This record gives sequence, C-alpha cells and structure tokens, in this order.
Amino acid sequence: MSILIKIFISFFKIGAFSFGGGYAMLPLIQREIVSNHNWITYKEFIDIIGISQMTPGPIAINSATFVGFKVSGVFGSIAGTLGVISFSFILVSIANHYIVKFKESYIMKAALAGMRPALIGLIISVFLSLGRESYKDIKSVVIGIIILGLLLTNKLHPILIIIISGILGITFYALIPM
Amino acid sequence: MKRLLNMFWTFFKIGAFTFGGGYAMIPLIEAEVVSKKHWLSKEDFLDIIVISQTFPGALAVNSSIFIGYRIGGLLGAIIGLLGVVLPSFFIILLIAVFFMKFRDYYYVDLIFKGISAAVPMLILIAVVSLSKSLKKSYVNIIIILVSMASILFLNIHPVIVILSSALYGVIFLGKKVK
Repeated sequence: MSILIKIFISFFKIGAFSFGGGYAMLPLIQREIVSNHNWITYKEFIDIIGISQMTPGPIAINSATFVGFKVSGVFGSIAGTLGVISFSFILVSIANHYIVKFKESYIMKAALAGMRPALIGLIISVFLSLGRESYKDIKSVVIGIIILGLLLTNKLHPILIIIISGILGITFYALIPM
Repeated sequence: MKRLLNMFWTFFKIGAFTFGGGYAMIPLIEAEVVSKKHWLSKEDFLDIIVISQTFPGALAVNSSIFIGYRIGGLLGAIIGLLGVVLPSFFIILLIAVFFMKFRDYYYVDLIFKGISAAVPMLILIAVVSLSKSLKKSYVNIIIILVSMASILFLNIHPVIVILSSALYGVIFLGKKVK
C-alpha cells in the first residue's frame, strides 16, 4: 500500500475518533503515529505539541501536516491533513440536514457522558508516557516544576509558557554547570 | 461569489490568528459571523457550536464546515474549511522545512529541552481543568483508572476504549441526561 494512503488512513482514524478536541487527540496520535507506525519518535511528538502551542490552528491539523511532511514531503502533509478533516466533512454534511435532531439527541449526550471520564484517563496515560520521556534528568524535572508552578498560579498564555520554557532550557542546560 | 470570497477571508483570518485551539476561536468566529457579518443568528450559531463539540474532530474544522453550508451550500462548506485549515497548513509546512534543518543545532536543542519539560505539565493542567467539569463519583474514577490501565498495561487501542465508554454511556447514562 502506498505510504500516502497509509498516512491518510491513520489520520482519518484520528479525525474520526477524537472526541473532545485538543489534547483528547493525543492518545490516538500517539498510538497511530508513534507506537504503531514509528513515523516519529517520542521526542519529535513532544516537539510537535510544543510547536502547536506556538502556532495558530487546531493541534490535529498541525500534527497531520508535520507528520505527513516528515514521512513523505509535501504530498505526505496534504495526505495527512486531508485524512484528519475528511470524517468531519462527511459527518457535518449529513448532520447539516438533520441539525435539530442532533441537537436533541440524548443518545449522543449519553455517549459523551460516558466518554468524558475515559478521555481523562486516556490523556493521563499520554501525560505519563511523555513524562517518562521528558523527565530524564534533574534539570528537566526542575524546569517542569517551575512551569507547573507558573501554570497553577498565573493564567499565562500558552505561547508565553513555551517562550519561558525555552529560556529556562538555555539557562539550565548552557549556563548552569552540573 | 463575492460572499464566498468574503467568507474565505473571514475564516482564513480566524485560522491564522487564533492560538490555543478550538475554544479560543469561538468568540472570534461569533464576532465575525454573527455580530459583524450577520450571516447567522446567535441561536443558529450556538446550535452549531454545541453540535460541533459533540462531534469528533477539531471544533474549528467542524464549525467552519457547518457555517459554510449555511452560507453557501456545499461549495461554501469547502471554502469555509479551506479558509480555516490553510493558515495552519502553510505555517506548519514552513516550520517543518526549517525545523528539520535546525533542530539539532546546540541552542535550538536546548530550547526544545526546556519546551519538552513544559509539555507534560501543559497536558497535566488540561487534565485538571477537564476533571473539574466531571462529577466526582466512584464510577467516574473507576472509568478513568480502567481506561488508563487499558492503554498503559493492556496495550488496547484508544479507539476501543472510546467506543466502549460511549456504549457504556448510551446503556447506563441515557436516563440521566434525558
């Protein structure tokens, strides 16, 4: 099977099953792209999440474009991006005709109520596996604690958090000997 | 046609300037589509957002397709979608091209060491804020633990976890949300 079709199918799955948006997509991206296909490493996966915080647009599009490019150049990025938006397009096209029914659909509401705690569990598992990758030395743990402190005490914009963490990276790893 | 071009530009701006994903986009889309351009009534807009949130995929993607359909049928939907997707697509493509060249430079690597220490904390904070909207019950805690364990220890695909939790919701929570 052509690599472009494989990229399309993987991101189609990600688009079709990521309920809750944003970080809720990470468990699926991790499984499909990092563990199943080994298209990117954990390190690159973390890079992409960091970059997504600094760039506009949904994380799903960002990662589809990035991973697609890495695997197969510009055509790969088109395949990935098309894959991740296709299911939305099909579903919304159908729903557009029945918008009132969907709004009152208690089946949908019940399904979402069931999914909500499961999604939290899935995102925690992403946190644990990325944490294992990120916190390999004391310096990274200290940076993590500083960032967590900032996140808990201030409502800083994600871009600012990324900039601060970049500065902390240079400070701790280049300037502080250990 | 002029209206469609106008819409493309509107969604392009929304795609290019909203950092932080879906929820940051809602007020911007509302300001443009409802208050400024009067393409949709406020009620219509809210219906579309509610349904877009329950669907899989990125909120910005889903709602741009919905709104596009309302304004210009199938062609409108395609144009709305392209408008919201193209900015991230090109920005990430640009970053991907340069990123691969510079990623291993000493200082770039240090910056990304810092960012990589921040990313798990951003995910942890997302877990905290998602958990706040969840009812504290034994059942929910058990679902969180089970879905975590099925990923971390049993290596079950996240799609299976999501589908089973949705099924659980439909069977057991239907009465509660009705």
